[in-house]
Amino acid sequence: MKKALSFAAGLLASTTMVSAQDKPVLTVYAGDYIVSEWGPGPKIEEMFEAQCACDLQFKPGDLLPRILLEGAQTDADIVFGLNTDVTKRARESGLFAPHGQDTSTLTLPVEWTDDVFLPFNYGHTAFIYNEERISDVPDSFDALLNAPDDLKIVIQDPRSSISGLALVLWVKAIYGDRAEQAWEQLAPKILTVTKGWSESYGLFTDGEADMVLSYTTSPAYHIIAEEDRTKKAAIFPEGHYFMVELSAKVAGTDVPELADQFLAFQLSAAFQTMIATGNWSFPAKLDASKWPEGFKELNLPEKVLFYSEDEAAALRDETVEEWRRALSQ
Amino acid sequence: MASRAFSIVAALTVAGLAIGPVTAVILRAEAFSGFRPADWQALWFTLLQATLSAGLSVMFAIPLARALARRQFIGRGLLVALLGAPFILPVIVAVLGLLAVFGQSGLINRVLASFGVPEVQIYGLHGVLLAHVFFNLPLATRLILQGWLAIPTEQFRLAATLGMGRGAMWRAIELPMLRRIVPGAFAVIFVICLSSFAVALTLGGGPRATTLELAIYQSMRFDFDLARAAVLGLVQLALALTAGLIALQVTSLPVAAKGLDRQVPRWDRTDRRAICTDIVWIGLAALFLLMPLLMVTLNGLAGITNLGASVWQAAGHSVLVALGSTALCLLWALPLTTRWGEWLGLAGIALSPLVLGIGLFLIVRPFANPFELALYVTATVNAFVSLPFVLRILRPEAEAIRADYARLRDALGLSGWVWLRWVFLPRLKRPLGFAAGLTAALSMGDLGVIALFADPDRATLPLKVYQLMGAYRMDQAAGGALLLLILSLGLFWMFDRGGRVGSAT
Repeated sequence: MKKALSFAAGLLASTTMVSAQDKPVLTVYAGDYIVSEWGPGPKIEEMFEAQCACDLQFKPGDLLPRILLEGAQTDADIVFGLNTDVTKRARESGLFAPHGQDTSTLTLPVEWTDDVFLPFNYGHTAFIYNEERISDVPDSFDALLNAPDDLKIVIQDPRSSISGLALVLWVKAIYGDRAEQAWEQLAPKILTVTKGWSESYGLFTDGEADMVLSYTTSPAYHIIAEEDRTKKAAIFPEGHYFMVELSAKVAGTDVPELADQFLAFQLSAAFQTMIATGNWSFPAKLDASKWPEGFKELNLPEKVLFYSEDEAAALRDETVEEWRRALSQ
Repeated sequence: MASRAFSIVAALTVAGLAIGPVTAVILRAEAFSGFRPADWQALWFTLLQATLSAGLSVMFAIPLARALARRQFIGRGLLVALLGAPFILPVIVAVLGLLAVFGQSGLINRVLASFGVPEVQIYGLHGVLLAHVFFNLPLATRLILQGWLAIPTEQFRLAATLGMGRGAMWRAIELPMLRRIVPGAFAVIFVICLSSFAVALTLGGGPRATTLELAIYQSMRFDFDLARAAVLGLVQLALALTAGLIALQVTSLPVAAKGLDRQVPRWDRTDRRAICTDIVWIGLAALFLLMPLLMVTLNGLAGITNLGASVWQAAGHSVLVALGSTALCLLWALPLTTRWGEWLGLAGIALSPLVLGIGLFLIVRPFANPFELALYVTATVNAFVSLPFVLRILRPEAEAIRADYARLRDALGLSGWVWLRWVFLPRLKRPLGFAAGLTAALSMGDLGVIALFADPDRATLPLKVYQLMGAYRMDQAAGGALLLLILSLGLFWMFDRGGRVGSAT
């Protein structure tokens, strides 16, 4: 109910405003968490404007629905912060143009050859725990499934949350045809399922749950911003699901050179060094030796699991349904 | 007659805002793919939880409202105001507060554990109901309390003179009042609970607690399946309006029974059994509703001093929008204080916010730069969404005034303005204050999908809270939530108090 209020207003508020200056305007649609003053947006704007003689305007919003609604009339030049779960749909819309950047030098744990969607940072799904709270930390996904039922975890709903969707794909990638049984085994340990990541993480930091579904990079925030080293990611030898954030150039942009310049900037050392602590994620093109100190301390998975967008699209309904059946019993 | 014209305009605006966006979404959509098996399960769960939530909220509200109506004690006014708080908290904050008390490692389980009693599990249907009663019991109580306070004290005196027992008084005076108030209260709470999503899921413990609103959200955000979203949205709208119709059918009309507006203590308030019952109800309700608020307050104390200028700016912005919406909502509501007006008004909360948001965007975009209209649209939508509550608060009193004073008006030939100025509005002061307070507070607390569509320069406070949480800053977010709680309650208190000035309540 209350949601309607600013949903509508925000939608309306966030469409383009004519720039007062004569500089060319680069309009970037980005997720609210990016544009927020606690996200990387302000820093990105400052850094890019220092080199482009342009006015970078962020328009926060729900990227894909918005751009699909606007179609070819969209004001966006760049869309910043897409996830792989929507790239298929976005690609099929035909609204995006090739990025033209060299992806062979990226430092991602998976090979990236997509010529439309360009990564800027990544992470992996992981269960985060507080080492002062639990001593018997599961050392594999199997161990988590077999853990006593009083180990309580909180996860996100794959129908409303991107990390929740990554979780069901993670389980599918490990357990394949036995994914539903795995969910049945996990079910008694799932304290609850939340709509989004924030609710889950809030429950975890409030001490309500022992472990929370989050990212391998989450402890970096606690280490760097709070000097708290008690929050750790449990690393499982079965592998962790890869999550990447992407941007793309809108085909109908009226400032194609600026858009290209932005995409190149996105892979520059300056941007990549900033994004780690800006968005609490691993940079997409930066050698691990150059990561900020806190990031070097993080536990990293040895094996990384990832479905291509076609595989993920084919599996999505089935895996979500398996999850739903197993948890509805 | 001018008032008739106002009513028609107000009603047409409501209908337009309800139907327009859905139509826009449907026109833009491709073919509807049909219902999935999970949708039927969601529909069933939605109906079940909304019916039980509304039923329990109203059931507990009756003895609580009666206790508050016949007791005077120090801090009663404060308690009544604080009782409004759960209803106006942003969902995410209220859920965390609730779980700090009732959750796995919440206060209650910690106390139980120290006595060696096994822990109580909150997650499940009962958890959903607990949360919905927490949110809506205060609203139900206030609505019913108003009904009790509107009974002319002369009636109780007459009952005493006639030597009526408690049973007889209940049947003759209180039950007819409840029959007038309760169906509408039930309907409005039922409709709010219909579109519950984050609360139902979190407290319900998983996909068993899937509501239609979740399916709408999924269709819109994940699948971009506008047809499905629109159809599910229409199902939700139909359920709400059906509930509204049923409520209309079982609601009895007011009977002319006016008094001299004097406050005379009820003769039965010294009955010992009644005193005990009232104390127990007030005590339990206060504990149940105030403990989670206390937790929200304690959690936020550390963060509130550390918020930063932009959060305060957002707070200022929220207050302005809230005041604008309040004025608009009251003007809009007054001509609609009739049976059908209230029924129509239900559309404000019956329509899925997601469908409403996208629909409005589709409608406005071809004609105007939506950015320039943002503030007006915010205020309008805020008012639209508050309309059902305001109408529920105003209508019983408004109808009673019309019934009681129609003969006076006709006899004196009062014109519309004189009637409004000297009879109608002064007698409606108390519910008007309450309605204004509620609208202002609701407009402060807006949050949700918004977080995905906001303008950085016009961010509201709830959005800032959400952004802080999304950036791992849970302590600051708790501080922001506390600030929001204080401001919402402040506005609520101000208006509500204004409406009660000069009356003993």
